[in-house]
Amino acid sequence: MIEVFFQYDFLRYSLFTGVLIGILAPLTGVFIVVRRLSLLADALSHITLTGIAFSLLLGRYINFFAVLNPVYMGMIFAATGSLLIERLRHTYRFYRELAIPIILSSGIGIGVVFISLADGFTTDLFSYLFGSIAAISSTDFTVVLVLTTVVVAIFGLFYKELFFLSFDEEQAVISGIPRRSLHFLFILITAVVIGISMQIVGILLVSALMTLPVAAAMRLAASFKQMFFYSVVIGEVSVLAGIFAAFHLDVAPGGMIVVVNVLILLIVLAATSEKILNRKGG
Amino acid sequence: MKNSAAPYVLEVKNVSFSYGKQMVLEDINMQVREGSFLGLVGPNGSGKSTFMKLLLGLLKADKGNIELFGSPVQSFRDWSRIGFVSQKANSFNSGFPATVFEVVAMGLYGKIGLFRFLKKEHKKKIKEAIAQVGMEQYMHKNIGRLSGGQQQRVFIARALVSEPELLILDEPTVGVDADSVRNFYDMLKELNDKKNITLILVTHDIGAMSEYVTDVACLNKCLHFHGDKNDFEVNREEMMTAMYGHKVNVIEHNHSHDHHDHSHDHDDLDGVRS
Repeated sequence: MIEVFFQYDFLRYSLFTGVLIGILAPLTGVFIVVRRLSLLADALSHITLTGIAFSLLLGRYINFFAVLNPVYMGMIFAATGSLLIERLRHTYRFYRELAIPIILSSGIGIGVVFISLADGFTTDLFSYLFGSIAAISSTDFTVVLVLTTVVVAIFGLFYKELFFLSFDEEQAVISGIPRRSLHFLFILITAVVIGISMQIVGILLVSALMTLPVAAAMRLAASFKQMFFYSVVIGEVSVLAGIFAAFHLDVAPGGMIVVVNVLILLIVLAATSEKILNRKGG
Repeated sequence: MKNSAAPYVLEVKNVSFSYGKQMVLEDINMQVREGSFLGLVGPNGSGKSTFMKLLLGLLKADKGNIELFGSPVQSFRDWSRIGFVSQKANSFNSGFPATVFEVVAMGLYGKIGLFRFLKKEHKKKIKEAIAQVGMEQYMHKNIGRLSGGQQQRVFIARALVSEPELLILDEPTVGVDADSVRNFYDMLKELNDKKNITLILVTHDIGAMSEYVTDVACLNKCLHFHGDKNDFEVNREEMMTAMYGHKVNVIEHNHSHDHHDHSHDHDDLDGVRS
């Protein structure tokens, strides 16, 4: 059942990539959730679609883009989109959440125009939306491996600053922590992680892999460190179980991963429901 | 004043500040000497929070100078010498999964600096700070599960862990029950006496604080009074009338006055230092 993943290169690379995004997405997700940016992940994933559509469109006319994985263009769009969101959050200082729907709908709108110009929906596009276990080449995997190492290293290096900013932004700024640069770095990382993860889970479900494991971990963790541990374990279990199930049942992996994730979340909620009652009681 | 030969920790000269056309602080002058315990009182909307933000360099004064340890606030970089406990400190999201140890550790992050990690000696200091506020047995408890008074102690420990010379507390007893308030002030007094930490306590609760502080300043747009507590005792009634506009009995400990002043809060931190 599992051997088949090692018989074919494309399956093996997808599986390895799955292992990496099982770490990356929940890791980033912890900070996204505690900083109340869950919707940001959604907006950026939709902008990623715009980039992918743009790359597919260019691929019809320029040979270079026909062979390039469109995900890279997606990442560039997501990174640009994240900067625009920051800009808009500043412009609409008193209605900050407005930045998200503006960018999200512009992303989808422009994306759909590009898709139509590139002659409508293809199977390719379906796999970008819902994920695929056949999308990863060995070059792609190398890129994912390098990016994962860089992202994990950055989180390690700036763990204490990001933690402080998430818990108490005002006090962190008073202590001299460079809020703006770190926030900027964090959003760029989020754009990259979305680009990597969407290859397996798909654009529409990538934010689920960043938030569902964290939602479950939050019920279990006593400390911030434990939150990372539980999130990654839950993320990893969902990705692996989801990929195997998707292959054998021949369904899109994004769907299976999210289904497993939701099941874990329900189990955790049921197991900790007594705690909820206790807390409410005092 | 406790020690008139001690150097100034904080000097405020002719400082004015306004939000748009609304003058919030007008021509403030104040000096705080090392080792003193200053109570800064004022009614809601008197500009206390704004004044704190100016002292911490989060806002820039329209006029005048502020000096911390002899250097102008604009170029002051040694923020670990100053501990600050915000009135918003315990309005954090109580669902945030962090332990007392993790929260107190944050107090060292600025001092440790970028690209460096917590070492053994840091962990020792964190444990000491937690012990100092009597919270040892809660070290690995989730902060959201503690009472308001306990949380406030944790935030004091976070401010103390970097061994500051000046500790600024903005309405630290809001949301803390009356018994804990007394213990809390005893603890501050001890820090002031034994560790010679200079304290600035911002509050609207004059009653409880007046037996602990060495100096008193009253703020209501202008700084109405500043100096030795004993002078203040003599003039109290006169002062209060001047500040609040009518006679009020502020000496009694009254929790019904415990309203937050959010009118001038700038949630958005797009200030000078961010």
